[in-house]
Amino acid sequence: MADGPVADVLLRRLEAADGGLDSAELAAELGVEHQAVVGAVKSLQALGEIIEAELRSTKRWELTAEGEEIAREGSHEARVFRSVPPEGLAQSELMRLPSGKVGFSKAMSNKWIRVDKSAADGPRVFRVVDSMEDDVQRRLQLVRGGQAEKLAEKERSELRKRKLLTEVTLKTYWVSKGSAFSTSVSKQEAELSPEMISSGSWRDRPFKPYNFSAHGVLPDSGHLHPLLKVRTQFRQIFLEMGFTEMPTDNFIESSFWNFDALFQPQQHPARDQHDTFFLQDPAEALQLPMDYVHRVKRTHSQGGYGSQGYKYTWKLDEARKNLLRTHTTAASARALYRLARKKPFTPIKYFSIDRVFRNETLDATHLAEFHQIEGVVADHGLTLGHLMGVLREFFTKLGITQLRFKPAYNPYTEPSMEVFSYHQGLKKWVEVGNSGLFRPEMLLPMGLPENVSVIAWGLSLERQREPPVPRP
Amino acid sequence: MPTVSVKRDLLFKALGRTYTDEEFDELCFEFGLELDEITSEKEIISKEQGDKKAEGASDVVLYKIDVPANRYDLLCLEGLVRGLQVFKERIKAPLYKRVMPNGEIQKLIITEETAKIRPYAVAAVLRNIKFTKDRYDSFIELQEKLHQNICRKRALVAIGAHDLDSLSGPFTFTAKRPSDIKFKPLSKTKEYTACELMNIYKTDNHLKHYLHIIENKPLYPVIYDSNGVILSMPPIINGNHSKITLNTRNVFIECTGTDFTKAKIVLDIIVTMFSEYCENQFTVEAAEVVFPNGKSYTFPELAYRKEMVRADLINKKVGIRETPENLAKLLTRMCLKSEVIGDGNQIEIEIPPTRADIIHACDIVEDAAIAYGYNNIQMTLPKTYTIANQFPLNKLTELLRHDMAAAGFTEALTFALVARTTLLPGLLKTIAANRKMPLPLKLFEISDIVVKDSSRDVGARNYRHLCAVYYNKNPGFEIIHGLLDRIMQLLDVPPGEKKGGYVIKASEGPAFFPGRCAEVFARGQSIGKLGVLHPDVITKFELTMPCSSLEINIEPFL
Repeated sequence: MADGPVADVLLRRLEAADGGLDSAELAAELGVEHQAVVGAVKSLQALGEIIEAELRSTKRWELTAEGEEIAREGSHEARVFRSVPPEGLAQSELMRLPSGKVGFSKAMSNKWIRVDKSAADGPRVFRVVDSMEDDVQRRLQLVRGGQAEKLAEKERSELRKRKLLTEVTLKTYWVSKGSAFSTSVSKQEAELSPEMISSGSWRDRPFKPYNFSAHGVLPDSGHLHPLLKVRTQFRQIFLEMGFTEMPTDNFIESSFWNFDALFQPQQHPARDQHDTFFLQDPAEALQLPMDYVHRVKRTHSQGGYGSQGYKYTWKLDEARKNLLRTHTTAASARALYRLARKKPFTPIKYFSIDRVFRNETLDATHLAEFHQIEGVVADHGLTLGHLMGVLREFFTKLGITQLRFKPAYNPYTEPSMEVFSYHQGLKKWVEVGNSGLFRPEMLLPMGLPENVSVIAWGLSLERQREPPVPRP
Repeated sequence: MPTVSVKRDLLFKALGRTYTDEEFDELCFEFGLELDEITSEKEIISKEQGDKKAEGASDVVLYKIDVPANRYDLLCLEGLVRGLQVFKERIKAPLYKRVMPNGEIQKLIITEETAKIRPYAVAAVLRNIKFTKDRYDSFIELQEKLHQNICRKRALVAIGAHDLDSLSGPFTFTAKRPSDIKFKPLSKTKEYTACELMNIYKTDNHLKHYLHIIENKPLYPVIYDSNGVILSMPPIINGNHSKITLNTRNVFIECTGTDFTKAKIVLDIIVTMFSEYCENQFTVEAAEVVFPNGKSYTFPELAYRKEMVRADLINKKVGIRETPENLAKLLTRMCLKSEVIGDGNQIEIEIPPTRADIIHACDIVEDAAIAYGYNNIQMTLPKTYTIANQFPLNKLTELLRHDMAAAGFTEALTFALVARTTLLPGLLKTIAANRKMPLPLKLFEISDIVVKDSSRDVGARNYRHLCAVYYNKNPGFEIIHGLLDRIMQLLDVPPGEKKGGYVIKASEGPAFFPGRCAEVFARGQSIGKLGVLHPDVITKFELTMPCSSLEINIEPFL
C-alpha cells in the first residue's frame, strides 16, 4: 500500500509509461493540484529506490486575470468598436462604458473609429471600418491553449507590458522508475517495535533511514554544582597525598580561635567591624580553654617562647567575641591544639575545604562568602624547602608546573610566601596561593614540641578552575 | 597591604642606576615587594575624573609599590631606597643615633587629664633639616601611610610635626573641654573652638573619618607651648601657627596615642627615615617627656637590640646548608647587622630601631631566606608518613550528593551568610532566578545550617542538612516522597516503625499547605519534614507553580 491514491496512480502510470512522466502533466491529467503529485513523489522518494525524480524547472506563459477576461470577451478596443452603432455614439456616453477609456484610445490608434467634434450634441464617435480582426484576443487564446510559442517574441512582450501575460517558473519532477521499482510498495517503519521482534516481522520490513546530523536528546539527569565538583577534585588530591580531613563544621567561631590563637593582635585591622561579621546572638563564646588562653594572653602582651610579643593590653572580652569565621585556619588552630594535647606527638597532614566569611561589598570579583582550601603538615624539622616541595606536588596535580615564590607577610606565618604561577593566557605571573610556617608564638602556647614545625598553605576554591583530568 | 607611590626617576636617582620596568619588578619580587602599577598623576586623574580634569596634571612616571603590612620602614621613598641599597650591598645600613641638644632639652609634659582619652605621648627633634619639595611631600606622605596602617587610622597613634622655631617649650599635653579649646587650625584663616571645628570637619572628606575617636568625650586632647600656642588637637588637626614649610629647619615631632609601644615605633620610623636630611645625618635630637606620675623618659628610643640565633637553626628552618659567615652576610643585607661569635655557630644579630617587625628568631630566619632567595631553595618532600582519612560527615555528604544527582536532582550552592537555620529559602531563590528553565525544576543542596546550642563552646553549632525541592505544574509530593525513600534505601534505613527504620507521619508547618505536610522520623528521632509548600510561601518567592520540598538532618546517619 502506497501513500494515498495519487502515489498509487503515479506508480501504475509509471509502470506503463515509456521512460518517465512529468509531474505537472500528470496533475493536469488527473485534475489534481500539482502540489498533490509533488507530495506523492516525495513520499515515494523517502521509501528508497522505488522511483527516481529529477527536478526540472520550466518557464510558462500564463494569462493574468485581465488577460483571461480579454481572452473570453475580447479586447477593450474590440469591445468599444462593437458598441459603436452605425449611426455613431456620443463620446461622453462611450467613455462611461467599462472598456471605454482604454478601448477608445486603442481603437483610435487602430483607426477602427473616428470622432466628429462638430456634431450638434458634442463629439460623436463613428465606425471607420465595417469589421475588424481582434488580434489581442486571438493571441491570448493561443497562450491559454498552451501554444504561447506560436507567438512572436515581440508580440508576447507587448502583451506582458499590457499586464495581460506573465511568465511563471514551474518546478516539476521528471519521474522515472528506480532500481527497486514496484507498484506494490509498503510504508517504511519508523522504529523497531517489540511486536516486530516477537513476530519476526522486522525481517520483511523496510525501515526509515536515520538523520545522523540531528542532535541527540540530552539525558534527563541531575547535575552536580560545578564549583563543588572542583571541591571534590581538591579533596581527592589531598587524599591522594595522604592528608586527613579536619572538621570544619562550625561557621560560628570565637575571636579567640579565629585570631588570638593565631597570634593575630587584637588591634589588627582584620578584627575590625569593617572586615569581619561579628555576631549579636550568641555574641560571646561560652567556654574557652582557660589555661591555654592565659598562655596566649601572655605571649601577646609580654612575649615568651623567644618572642618579644606585641606589648599591649590583651583583653579576654575581645577574645570572647563571636564571629562568622574569616578563615578555616581557625579550624586548623583547633586541630593543632587537639594534636598538641595528644602525647607523644605524632606527625600529621591535615586539610580542609569549607566556607569562610568576610565583610566585603559584593561585586564581580568579591564575595562576602567563599570556600577556603587549606593544607597543613606538622612534623619534626620541617623546612621552607619542604613547604615548597609539597606545594610543587600539590600544584602539579592541578596541572600547574611553573611556580615561583615571593616573600610576603601574614600575621600567623613566618617565613611566609605567596605562591605565583605563570599564566599562559595572561602571559604573566599570577598569585595562586599563600603559605608559610606557623609562628612559634602560635604553636608553642598550644603545647606542641619546640622542634616541631608546621607548614601550611591556603587558596580560594572560587578562584580555581577544574583540574585538567579526569572529567566530568 | 599598604601601597607606596614614588616617582620613578627620583627613585632611580636615589638608587644610583636605572632599571627597566621588568628589572625593577623582578627586584621587588625578590625582596618581597610588588610593583603593583606604573602610572602618573595625569593617568590617575584621567581614570578617576576623566581626561578633561587631567589636563595640565603631571605626567611624571609613578611606581606604585605594595609593601608588606609589617614593614613600616619601607613606607616612603627614603626607606625603600635604603632597604634596596643595603639588600644589593651598595651601602651599609646607617647607624641611627640619638643625641642630646647643645642647649636645653625640649620637654613635653603630660597632665593627668589625658589619662581617659589619650594617655601616651612621645617626642623628638629633627635639627637642621633641609627640605625640598619632594622631601617635604614624602615627609607628609609617610605620616599619612603610618596613620592609615600601624596607627589604625589615628586611633592608636597620631603624629604632629611642627616648626620648632615658631614655638617655645616646654610643651604641655593635656585635655580640655572642647569649648575651651580655640585656635587657628591648618589651612584655615581664623580661629575656631574645638566644637566648631568638629562641625566643620564633618564634611571634610579626609578628616571626618577621625572625628569619632574623640567626639562625645568630655575632654579633648590638646598640646600647648609655653606661650599658650596650640600645636595640635590630636588626633584631628594641627595648629596653623607651627605649620612646617619648605623653609623649616628644626622640626618638633610629637606622637600621641593609646598604644605606647606603637607610638614609640611610629616616632622611631619617622626620625630614622628623615634624619637623613639633617645636617648631622641619621642623628636625632632627644626630647624629654614627663608623665603625670612625675617620671620622665627620653625619646626617641632608637633602641638596638641584640639577638642570638644558631646558624644550624636558620639552615634547618629554611632547608639550606650555608656557613654561619654566609648567613651573617645574608642577614646584614636585610639591615640586620650580623656577625658570627662564640663557638662559630652562633650568629649575633643587631635589630635596628627600623625593624620593629622582628620579634622572634623566626623573623630572622625569614630574612635570611629572603636574602638567600626563596627561589634558590631546594624543594624537598617531607618524609612525614600518614594515612589519610575523610571527615565522616563530609564523606557521607559526598556519597549522597552523587546519588542525588543520579536521582535526577541538580545541585545548587547558595549563600550561608545569614547563618541560616534552613536550606529551603536558598533553593527557592535559586528556582526564582531560574524560572525560565523548562519544568520540572528539581534542585537539592547538602550544606550546613547553624543553630544556637549552649552545649557548644561558642554557643552555636552547625547541622548538615539535605534539602530538595520539586517545582512543576503539579505539586509532585510523590516525587519528593520517592526521593526520601531512595535516600533511606541508600542509607540502609528500612521503612517501618521498627527500631532503626523510618516513617513519615502527618504533621504541619507554617511553610506547608495544610494537610500536605509530613514529619520524617528515622532511627527513633525526628529528622525533618516534607510536603507541599503553602501558596503564600510560593508567591512570596515570586513563584507561580506548585512546589514540594524535603529537608532533613543527615547527621543521625553517620
